[in-house]
Amino acid sequence: MAWTWFHRLASPPYVYSLAARLTPWFAWPAALLIVTGLYGGLVVAPPDYQQGEGYRILYVHVPSAWMSLMVYTTMAAAAGIGLVWRMKVAHAVAASCAALGATFTFCALVTGSLWGAPMWGTYWEWDPRLTFELVLLFQFLGYMGLRAAIEDVQRADRVSAVLAVVGVVNVPIIHYSVEWWNSLHQTASVMKLSKPSMPPEMLIPLLMTGLGFTLLFGALLLVRLRAEVLSRERAASWIREVVAGEAARA
Amino acid sequence: MMEFLEMGGYARYVWSSYAIVLVAIVLNIVWARRALKRAQAEARRRVTMRDAA
Repeated sequence: MAWTWFHRLASPPYVYSLAARLTPWFAWPAALLIVTGLYGGLVVAPPDYQQGEGYRILYVHVPSAWMSLMVYTTMAAAAGIGLVWRMKVAHAVAASCAALGATFTFCALVTGSLWGAPMWGTYWEWDPRLTFELVLLFQFLGYMGLRAAIEDVQRADRVSAVLAVVGVVNVPIIHYSVEWWNSLHQTASVMKLSKPSMPPEMLIPLLMTGLGFTLLFGALLLVRLRAEVLSRERAASWIREVVAGEAARA
Repeated sequence: MMEFLEMGGYARYVWSSYAIVLVAIVLNIVWARRALKRAQAEARRRVTMRDAA
């Protein structure tokens, strides 16, 4: 009884229509939060007492970095569910995550580099946090490359899922790297057990962009998932209904 | 206004960071929508072909 929702989530037509209905509920709040959060970060938040106006890179860097970890975790979890329960939709979720994760990771690295240049005096340092984040980028790219190299979708699902699940070890390594090693990168200001070390005028815009990026990821994932599910279910009869439905709406 | 754009001398770093992230967001929206449009067009094509056969 309690598991019916789980079984329904395994049904591609149900997921396809559910994803279509859910997308605007993610996309519009995401747009609103990102625009307001970036305005808050650029205009409302006071300059930093050490870094002046330069610290405002925070509002795009930190959400991108959070996202890189969150997308990877989602991808690995979906891949794991796909492996254990042989759930096609879960594999489709994992496959839809990779390109999004790669771009957010790229953004985290590039904005970090642009922040490092004036503050640390270098664009790049082989520092643990930076190095493992770069490894994460290669994990996303490797996952995509592996999928692209295997023609049979079900085999690509299984092989890439193993890679995704094994690679999840890098997520806690990145998160705790600034504590485990003597890193150039500063330690966490928000994601820690005691209260955040930031005044509310600085913190609130960051939380808004952080939540905005999360919802944006949700919206993009839902759109990509529909594309993925549709192209996988080649012979299924429900495709006919989807096509008819789309023709009726157009 | 000029003062805001100058970002206390960090204009180069701050604005290029924002530009890169915004471009990445826009590209991701374009790519995701294009992937869906393509999958839908492909599905339409398959259904029409099966009907014709």
